[in-house]
Amino acid sequence: MNKLELIKEKLKDYDGEELRFMEVCGTHTAAISENGIHGMISPKIHLISGPGCPVCVTVTAVIDRLTELSLTENTTVLTFGDLIRVRGSKMSLADARAMGGRVEMLYSPMDAVKMAAKNPDRNYVFAAIGFETTTPVYAMVLKEIIAQDVHNLKLLTSLKTMPEVIRWVCKNTDNIDGFLAPGHVSVITGSDLFKQLSEETGLPFVVAGFDGPGLLAAVYALCGMRDKPGLKNVYKSAVSENGNESAREAVEEFFEPCDASWRGMGMIPGSGMRLKEKYGEYDAGSYGLDEDHMPPGCSCARVLTGEISPEECPLFGKKCTPEDAHGACMVSTEGSCYNYYISGRKKR
Amino acid sequence: MCVAIPGRIVELNGTKATVDFSGNTVEAEAGLVKVKIGDRVLVHAGCIIQTMSDDEADEMEELFREIEDIQI
Ligand code: SF4
Repeated sequence: MNKLELIKEKLKDYDGEELRFMEVCGTHTAAISENGIHGMISPKIHLISGPGCPVCVTVTAVIDRLTELSLTENTTVLTFGDLIRVRGSKMSLADARAMGGRVEMLYSPMDAVKMAAKNPDRNYVFAAIGFETTTPVYAMVLKEIIAQDVHNLKLLTSLKTMPEVIRWVCKNTDNIDGFLAPGHVSVITGSDLFKQLSEETGLPFVVAGFDGPGLLAAVYALCGMRDKPGLKNVYKSAVSENGNESAREAVEEFFEPCDASWRGMGMIPGSGMRLKEKYGEYDAGSYGLDEDHMPPGCSCARVLTGEISPEECPLFGKKCTPEDAHGACMVSTEGSCYNYYISGRKKR
Repeated sequence: MCVAIPGRIVELNGTKATVDFSGNTVEAEAGLVKVKIGDRVLVHAGCIIQTMSDDEADEMEELFREIEDIQI
């Protein structure tokens, strides 16, 4: 039997104490569903989605500001796809577009610079959401804006970082036995960051990739390391101990840490990044966007922290489906509710 | 949203790279990491965020080596 088969067998047959591991990264949530990992492991091993889907943790004040901008004369809001359908306190960007607002989807924020340079008479705002993985991309955008002397592109930032929200989750829940550390955040931060968090929280962390074998190896490692601090990196092809230092330097040039509001979790000190004051002219009014109006009946807040599983929300699959999503977690392809819905992932 | 995809650099012009993803080529910004033509790289939202070890076949080996001492 090869090693992968052996791991699969052991995970399937596991019959020890019940274990709960959190994947903090939305891309992991999607990859776990796509690879059917939950169906390959023992019912005693629970994989819980955490607060790592950037679209899902964006508060309604940010969506409201974006819809308002899209309806402002001569202004176009540029965004990644998923954000378009998330409802703010009144409407989503898609609703605003139906009312005549200007909203366009881009694959890369770098394309925003080209677009703005080509249409100098129009104002553009990029909805700059994301974690440590994406913030360096915004730093490159700013470098390019400055190099090309573009004055009609600004960022509306709602940028988040992982360490403080992981600490927050640990403080507010006591039933997690370990973490799948976010793979592409680790590419930038390095695995050492999670070693530190592991020592602080007393829990194991495994840096994982996104394919089936990588995910199974990571879950296997967590089972073996349970309840003790420790770090394993099963995504060494992309993640080093120090990460990408030049990406972090680029971020430091333009951004500084700040307090940030998370959907359903409120303000978490030091959990975000904002543009430094000296680059304030590139900010589209990101400060103070903290209000958060959860849609009535939506349990996203409790889902995001792993307190309940999506199908425990009374609206799940009934009033709330991907076609008619109530909360952000059902809209985003990385959202917990969306992934539980499409893959039939279950709490067992 | 933190999804990043591995590809290989086939052209490089300053910090603008052309990256091949099994036959599809895409332009990517290479300013966040030192790269050269032929490098296997991870691309996220139009930017190269890291170079990767060259040999995909080794990755699996390395992965199992990391968890060799673990028993469940
Ligand atoms: S199922 Fe819908 S309403 Fe319930 S928590 Fe998820 S997104 Fe919110």
